[in-house]
Order: sequence, then C-alpha cells, then structure tokens
Amino acid sequence: MESLTNKKKVLQQKPMNFWERLYLPAIFQGMAITFMHMFKKKETIFYPEVKREFSENWRGLHSLKRDEEGRERCTACGLCALACPAEAITMIAAERKKEEAHLYREEKYASVYEINMLRCIFCGLCEEACPKEAIYLDGNIVESNYLRQDFIYGKDKLVEAPFKAS
Amino acid sequence: MSEKARVTIDGITVEVEPGISILNAARQIGGDLVPPAMCYYSKLEGSGGKCRTCLVKVSKGSEKDPRPMPKLVASCRTTVMDGMEVENMTSPEVIEARKGIVELLLINHPLDCPICDQAGECDLQNLGYEHGAAGTRYEFERRTFDKIDIGDKIQLHMTRCILCYRCVFTADQLTNNRVHGILGRGDASEISTYIENVITNDFSGNVIDVCPVGALTDKTFRFKNRVWFTKPVDAHRDCPTCKGKVALWYKGEEVLRVTGRKDQYGEVEDFICNACRFDHKKTSDWVIEGPRHIENTSVISSNHYDTMKPLPVIQQNKALMEANKVEFERTKKI
Repeated sequence: MESLTNKKKVLQQKPMNFWERLYLPAIFQGMAITFMHMFKKKETIFYPEVKREFSENWRGLHSLKRDEEGRERCTACGLCALACPAEAITMIAAERKKEEAHLYREEKYASVYEINMLRCIFCGLCEEACPKEAIYLDGNIVESNYLRQDFIYGKDKLVEAPFKAS
Repeated sequence: MSEKARVTIDGITVEVEPGISILNAARQIGGDLVPPAMCYYSKLEGSGGKCRTCLVKVSKGSEKDPRPMPKLVASCRTTVMDGMEVENMTSPEVIEARKGIVELLLINHPLDCPICDQAGECDLQNLGYEHGAAGTRYEFERRTFDKIDIGDKIQLHMTRCILCYRCVFTADQLTNNRVHGILGRGDASEISTYIENVITNDFSGNVIDVCPVGALTDKTFRFKNRVWFTKPVDAHRDCPTCKGKVALWYKGEEVLRVTGRKDQYGEVEDFICNACRFDHKKTSDWVIEGPRHIENTSVISSNHYDTMKPLPVIQQNKALMEANKVEFERTKKI
C-alpha cells in the first residue's frame, strides 16, 4: 500500500566491502570513543558520601515540627491520616497533663504517630491537610533497610530534635 | 381550624397544618431550601429563636394581608399563614444576613476544631462551611472559660458554647430537677451548674447529643479517636428506662461511644438513658441492626464506598469480566 506520509525510509542491505569485512577500523573507532570518556566529567556521584542538591519542591522524609518554644505542634487531629491516599499514617491521641505544658502546644497531642514509609507515596497531601503546620516533607531520601517493620517510623524518628540553647 | 394553609417557600408550594412554623413547613418539603437551625430542636418545647441562623424573608404575609414583613424573621418562631410566600436561598438578603450571623456566632468561638471531639459532626462547622465567610474580621481577645466537669461523664467547654439553650431545655424537660442553667447576662452569660453540682439524672447524658457544637462532650470518648475514623452501627437493646435504640461508634472491635440516632437535621430520634450511653460499651450488650447510613457529604463517610461495582454509566465488558472472574469473586468477599 502507498505510504500516507512518505516519511518512511527503505533500507537496502548492500554487501560489505573489504575494509568493512576486516572489522578492525570499526573496533578502533569504538575503542576511541570509550577512551575519550575517561577524560570527560563524570555524571555519577558517590552516594551517600556525596549528595545531590534537592530541588526546592523536593518531598522527602517527613518531620514533625516544633514551635518557637520547642513544643510539638501536632495535636493529633487526624486530618493528615484522612487526607493520606495510601493510608500510611496512624496515630493515637492523648490529653496533655499540666506538667507537660512545655512539651506540647495544645491540650491534645499525639502519643503515638506512625508513618509506614513503604506505603507512603510522598504526595505531600498530609502537609497540605495539616491545620497546625506540624508536618513537612523536608527530609532526605528514606533509608534502605532489611526488615519491613523497620520502615514504620515512629515519633522517635519523625519529631524534630529540640532546639539547643545557644 | 381544619383547613390546610398553603405556603410557598422558594417557589415550591406546600399545604401544611395551620399554626406550624415556617421552618417545619420547609422541612416537610425537604432538600436545600430548609433553613439551617442551631438552637431549634423539634423534640424540645420552647427551643428556638436564639441563634438567628434560620432567618428568612417573608415577601408576602398572607392571602388577606399581602404586605411583606418589614424585617427578616426567624423561621423557627414564625407561624405560617395561608398564602404566605417565603424566600430562603433565593433571597440575596437572607444569604448576606446569614453570613453575618455565622460571623457573630464565631466571634467568641475558639476554632479549636483540630482538638475538639465534635469536629466532623459539628453543626457550627457545617454552617460555617456552607453559609459563612472564609475569614474573620475580629481582632480582639476571645472570651475564655475554664473547663467544667458536669459529673464524671460530661465535660463542658464553655469557650465553645454558642448559647443555644438546647441543653437547658433538655435538662428542664427530660429530668425532674434541673441543676444547670445560664448564669450571667449578655456577653458574660455562661452555661453552668451551681457550685459545679453533679447531674445525677438518668437522662442527663442527652445534653451531649443536643449540643450543636463541642461545648458538651462525652468524657468517656474524650480524645479517643476522631469521629471520621469510627464506624457507626445501628443497634438496640432491651432497656428498662429508655427505648434503647442507639448508634454505636466502632473502632475495630471496640465500641468507643454510644449516641442517640441523629436524623438529617442533627436531632436525635429517641433520647437515650445514661446506662445505655456510658455503661454498655460491649458488643455483647447490643443487638446490631446494621451499618448506619451517613450522608455522603459528611466527612464521616469519606473514603468509604457503598459499592465495589462500577457506576452504571460505565459499560460492562463481558469478555474482560469472564477473563477476570477469579479476581472479581475475591473483591466480592471483601
């Protein structure tokens, strides 16, 4: 049938001449390209010693934030867990006692807060849902591990380190 | 007076018993044209007229006197007249007024919805979402109160109260000696008990159900879970003091709380006793009727799907279904 676009190229196999049948010039040409790359700038890096710069809108590991006085911002309202399309977030709320007022910002706080990093798709909807600006996906790449249970990150890994008095 | 009164609400005419309120006439039509109500409660005598969210415009007073009413009227307190014409959602004046009412109701409201146990089934949240403005113009300190324990099962957050008086009417009408009421006047008024008296009546727990906001909450459910993570189930039991028809709110195997069954206007069908509400939290205490229907506009029903079948607009591919027969059967079991 006649082609509609006329863009198609018909290849014809010609018989190879003497130099082509030798194969050596083609081999040397290929080796030359290989050697040339030894003097070019490398595209790979030695991760984890060297890290690439993340873009501004990079979404990595979650962190639970603290306020100016070092108190945890999260009130366990459950909106992040509701917004999560992968159902990666679970939490248990608890009531703040009087002597814990310096630890938690509101009268309710998350006593357990877990994110399953194997379920998480790093979409950032939890960040958007949070009414208290408590969760941000501003961390690194999630580290590899051997056991599935080690991918469930609790508050010990998620909560930011408290500010040090300088 | 056996004749029926004809009343037109937002262009829809309905024949109702004479002497009922505009709000109840609108509820007989149903749908979007029902004015919202924060303080009116059909099961409580004398309730209504406090919150002003149900304001409507009466553009024609009656057949005999067709003059419009000079101001917007509270539909829960205004009785219908024959030939009356009412505008609710069709009147921009009403929508503007309602926006103002929501702003006024929210002036002293702490907006601590992330903490509040009522969030997700709160009338004020719904009202603010549907009728309110996005921002507030109020710049001053909001009034605050300390938390008060009314008995060991009920907690009062006066800060969240909108002074609808529903709980006062409940205590007055369901229980024989009321010990809580409103103290102070105007800006300083608050719901309280005298010297934090304990309410010991069998039906005192109903103040939790009638409260449209999170001012009166169940202490046994306090911070246990968010309502939208719990699963509501209709259940009943043979109760000597009340009808025993309740809604159980499950999380996994556990009953987190027991409430009355609320209808589409947030009013309970039957008041339940404290024994049902606070003391029977085991599945073995109840006869389960089935899952409770929650409107799909509610956050409680989010992420829950009624059916696993595709919508009827999607044509069924018989060959594909035959090829994936095993998979389909597996989803049915779930």
